Amino acid sequence: MYAFDFEKPTSVADAVVALKDEDALALGGGQTLIPTLKQRLASPSKLVSLMGIAEMQGVSADGGTLTIGGGTKHAVVAAEAASAYPALAALAGGIGDPAVRNRGTIGGSLANNDPAACYPSAALASGATIVTDKREIAADDYFQGMFTTALDEGEIVTAVKFPIPEAANYQKFEQPASRFALVGVFVAKYADGVRVAVTGASEEGVFRWTEAEEALSGNFSPDAVAGLAASADGMITDLHGSGAYRAHLIGVLTKRAVAAAG
Amino acid sequence: MAKISMKVNGRDVSGEVEGRTLLVQFLRDQLGLTGTHVGCDTSQCGACTVQVDGKQVKSCTMFAAEAEGAEVSTIEGEAAQDGTLSAIQAAFQEHHGLQCGFCTPGMVMAAKSLLEVNPKPTEAEVRHHLEGNICRCTGYHNIVKAIMAASGQDVGAIAAE
Ligand SMILES: Cc1cc2nc3c(=O)[nH]c(=O)nc-3n(C[C@H](O)[C@H](O)[C@H](O)COP(=O)(O)OP(=O)(O)OC[C@H]3O[C@@H](n4cnc5c(N)ncnc54)[C@H](O)[C@@H]3O)c2cc1C
Ligand code: FES
Ligand code: FES
Repeated sequence: MYAFDFEKPTSVADAVVALKDEDALALGGGQTLIPTLKQRLASPSKLVSLMGIAEMQGVSADGGTLTIGGGTKHAVVAAEAASAYPALAALAGGIGDPAVRNRGTIGGSLANNDPAACYPSAALASGATIVTDKREIAADDYFQGMFTTALDEGEIVTAVKFPIPEAANYQKFEQPASRFALVGVFVAKYADGVRVAVTGASEEGVFRWTEAEEALSGNFSPDAVAGLAASADGMITDLHGSGAYRAHLIGVLTKRAVAAAG
Repeated sequence: MAKISMKVNGRDVSGEVEGRTLLVQFLRDQLGLTGTHVGCDTSQCGACTVQVDGKQVKSCTMFAAEAEGAEVSTIEGEAAQDGTLSAIQAAFQEHHGLQCGFCTPGMVMAAKSLLEVNPKPTEAEVRHHLEGNICRCTGYHNIVKAIMAASGQDVGAIAAE
């Protein structure tokens, strides 16, 4: 690991200033960034830890919206979102392992936008709003391909607002070595329709499976998607599975998610 | 370099660290607490598991500076002063929960973290909890058995002697 300075501000405003330095990088839980630094794939001049910022912590439900601070750890979401949004809590409780869940944060996960990460599928399927230090971004505009988001340099994810669905479920087919999603499907049913988001599968990162959304919006049952097949075009092929295999899993997991959501 | 202070196994400690100094490096190299192991470079093996403010973390995936002011527990804090093993350690010995022993400090600290919040876990819960702790030797059955036994449950029905 190359050397860098370390700062731990206690407010978003101070963090924004600290991140203005050239080559400064935000540090969330470090569960992605620290392994990256060890491999010398990043060489920041300064790390600005966001973990001392109280206003970025916590889970709160108000009306139909669940708001999660950008610095909230996966384990906290798993425990505290369980009554308001059980499918989201279950997703958080299935990320990695207990140690990863005690450090990793929702803001870090969404900023990183790993093509196999879990949270992006929940944010996209829920039509969530990503709140930053300077604006609010709709999930549909936020995710822009593998490891790419609408965030500007130094922009901080301070919170995420999830509209609470009538029913939802996340099905993750785990890649057993990394425990990331080989394919993951998040289905969320709202009064005005169903949204289906797929992670792990596409070379473009998380995406909405619109054919399934249309079928399920008319008839929210596993049968509604039984005849649908996701296209293997643009699906990831690697040593863990072919694009065709991943495409097949999308259909299987969508059916399972609808059955489990009830 | 920055000065950091924390409590490790109940003892106040301090030292000078760089921004990039990992908690595991501080524990091993500066405090001489070499029971916490490093088994990988990718945050996947869990050999470095310790508790920070009561929560299980990978000490290779946290900077020492992030533990400023925290209470840290490592494997060295498990046995009593006179060497008497903790219930979890004794169960690992009794049920042959280790072979080479490299993963064991992390396994014991992970088990401790589980039993503190879930004193009577099911076998499935134990296995789910150990997902971030890799053992190259035992095949896990005896580790699971040891943890079940440490929680005071009957382990007669658990697979593999
Ligand atoms: C063994 C292991 C297993 C894992 N399994 C899974 C899994 O099953 N599913 C899954 O989804 N993830 C998994 N992860 C990744 C984990 O969820 C990470 O916590 C997450 O991807 C990154 O969050 P972090 O808070 O640790 O961010 P960091 O690693 O600190 O940062 C990641 C990136 O985001 C930036 N950043 C951090 N916080 C913010 C913020 N608030 N605003 C703007 N930018 C920010 C950083 O600058 C950096 O570029 C796993 C990780 C490990 C080590
Ligand atoms: S040394 Fe392998 S996870 Fe820390
Ligand atoms: S006993 Fe050898 S790695 Fe677990």
